[in-house]
Amino acid sequence: MAQAAPELQRPYAGETVLPVRDESAPRPVARRGLGAANPDERLLQWGVWVAALALAWLVTQRLLPLAGLPWFLIVWFLCGLVMIGVTSVLTARRVDLVDRLARTVITGAAGLVGLALVSVVVYTVRRGWEPLLHGNFFTQDMSGIGPRDPFTRGGVAHAIVGSLIQIGIAIAVTVPLGIGTAVYMTEVGGRFARVVRTIVEAMTALPSIVAGLFIYTVLIVALGVPKSGIAAALAIAVMMLPIIARASDVVLRVVPGNLREASLALGASRWRTVWHVVLPTARPGLATALILGIARGIGETSPVLLTSGAATFMVTDPTSGVMNSLPLYIFSTVRSGEPMAESRAFAAATVLLGLVLVLFVVARLAARPRSAKPKLRHRLRAAVPVLRGGVPTPWRKR
Amino acid sequence: MTTTLPEPAAAEIAPRRLARRATGTDRLFELSATAVGAAVLAITGGIGVFLAWQAVPTLKRYGWSFFTETAWQPEANVLGIGAVLAGTVSIALVALAIAFPLALATALYISEYAPFRVRPTLISLVDLMAAVPSIVYGLWGALLVMPHAAELALWMHQHLGWLPFFDVDADPNAAMWDRSRYVSSAFCAGIAVAMMVMPMACAVMREVFSQTPPGEKEAALALGATRWGVVRAVVLPFGRGGIIGGTMLGLGRALGETIAVLLIISPAFDVKLRVLEVGSNSISALIAGRFGDASPAQLSALLAAGFVLFVITLVINTLASIIVNRSRSGAGAEA
Repeated sequence: MAQAAPELQRPYAGETVLPVRDESAPRPVARRGLGAANPDERLLQWGVWVAALALAWLVTQRLLPLAGLPWFLIVWFLCGLVMIGVTSVLTARRVDLVDRLARTVITGAAGLVGLALVSVVVYTVRRGWEPLLHGNFFTQDMSGIGPRDPFTRGGVAHAIVGSLIQIGIAIAVTVPLGIGTAVYMTEVGGRFARVVRTIVEAMTALPSIVAGLFIYTVLIVALGVPKSGIAAALAIAVMMLPIIARASDVVLRVVPGNLREASLALGASRWRTVWHVVLPTARPGLATALILGIARGIGETSPVLLTSGAATFMVTDPTSGVMNSLPLYIFSTVRSGEPMAESRAFAAATVLLGLVLVLFVVARLAARPRSAKPKLRHRLRAAVPVLRGGVPTPWRKR
Repeated sequence: MTTTLPEPAAAEIAPRRLARRATGTDRLFELSATAVGAAVLAITGGIGVFLAWQAVPTLKRYGWSFFTETAWQPEANVLGIGAVLAGTVSIALVALAIAFPLALATALYISEYAPFRVRPTLISLVDLMAAVPSIVYGLWGALLVMPHAAELALWMHQHLGWLPFFDVDADPNAAMWDRSRYVSSAFCAGIAVAMMVMPMACAVMREVFSQTPPGEKEAALALGATRWGVVRAVVLPFGRGGIIGGTMLGLGRALGETIAVLLIISPAFDVKLRVLEVGSNSISALIAGRFGDASPAQLSALLAAGFVLFVITLVINTLASIIVNRSRSGAGAEA
């Protein structure tokens, strides 16, 4: 560098040189933001859609016979694509054009999926709103109620109770077996465990209707057990068991191995390692896996369609014959085709959706990592001395 | 100059076997865990064996014609799953044709385009879609979507009717169009099934896309790629295994779907390519419709049909998991 600029006097060591403003230098160019759009682009982003809206109105209302809101939205979207294409060709390069089109198409498709989900929920709740307003819908059963009786009579209490009993039995069967198998596959291992894993993974492919047909053939036709809640619960359990075992296996496999090794190195037995280290570490994941499996089981219609028989009255004993459940009630009611019955079916579907939603939210809460904030109980205990006029616990001398 | 450390041999890093046999509570734990594992193996394996065993008499009696015969008339001793198998596949393919682009776009949107703050919410919403009971999608498909789907089917017949699978045995330009020819078709059932398949495929794809190495994405950005350039050059090639695997998992689910199909289709026993036309059938809908008044021989035939369905689903799921696991991205993906 010294040869490059020999005429500059080298400052003495320790001397400070102040920069001099060079008036003849060109003005600095404003730095372009990397992510944010500049005003031009922002105008384009919004303007394109406004223009497309006007075009879509022109096309659907004046030029082509495309009546109805769906066509309007489709034409709007297509016009938007065309406008983006035209404006990008005018102002930007081909790369930008492709980028903007891809972004629009991907966002539009994701929006369509969201719209579909919203339409499912809104349509179900709206069609089932009227019966839901009557309290008896949750407290009465359908015994002696015809399809044209008013909503002030009859309800789905029997189906709700039946669903809960059946899923309860299924949980009691599948959760210990499923988690036990997962513990066996991950913690004990060996050649036999690989066989078990292969078979369990294969059985997750069992269609739910085939699970129902299996229980129907074995329990009801061959063994002569009547159509009952217990048969339905077993059909659900057969369907859920591979799902829960496999999901728990996936969760337990990601528990870090060094936690296990640390516990074993401290002298804990393998059982204690599983009980005090592996399972607590995997707790949130396990809870999610179980609850999602349960949500799947409670909403599945095809196994109970074959095995439980649709009762119109309250049955609380799962072994004593036909018993209804929510999915089966919805299915058998909507098939009657009466508008009133359809409303009742939609109301029951809303209840079922609500049940699944509650399970889902519980799963999300359980999956949350434990927060570092002390628990309410501990905070209260720490606060008590302060209320008495004392010093809060952490600062008190011990 | 970069130097690479010699790769440690696999044998060196594998945990060593314990020479000592377990004693006391450990032995008890091992034994009881093995017992649980064996019990589950017996239950689940037993179902598969039972289905195969029950299918034997039917397959022996009808031979290959069980797979090719289209009629299902037990009273005339004519039985076959040719038509229902074709119907199952056509419904599943329609569902996939609708669900695949939507699942791919939604997965890309969530992993690449959505604002960071809403991503966890969107992921939960997709999971929630997967948890919605199939009967609810069935109601939605049968009562809300079907009338519109029939109009769409008419439109496709009018404008794309020269394609063999968009043809319908009706006059597309009639003054009063015959709505009953366009409802209860494989197309209508496929829409409802697509709603069940989409979140499943989307979850696998998103999981794989989210594992794309950030270094590679940033390298593409540094070379001047736009966001779509990053997606095309890095994310999609990296996630190819997940895209194929997730789609196949969805296909497996679509093949076994019962209740939505049963609510929507009107049963028909003929092999046809015309998915827009009224009438179709699937193996699961056949089972649900015919189990009630089945004699033991017919029950065996239904079980054989169920077994065929199970084997097809199993093959597809196995291929899917092999593809996901073999791919570069799938090593840690849960699929």
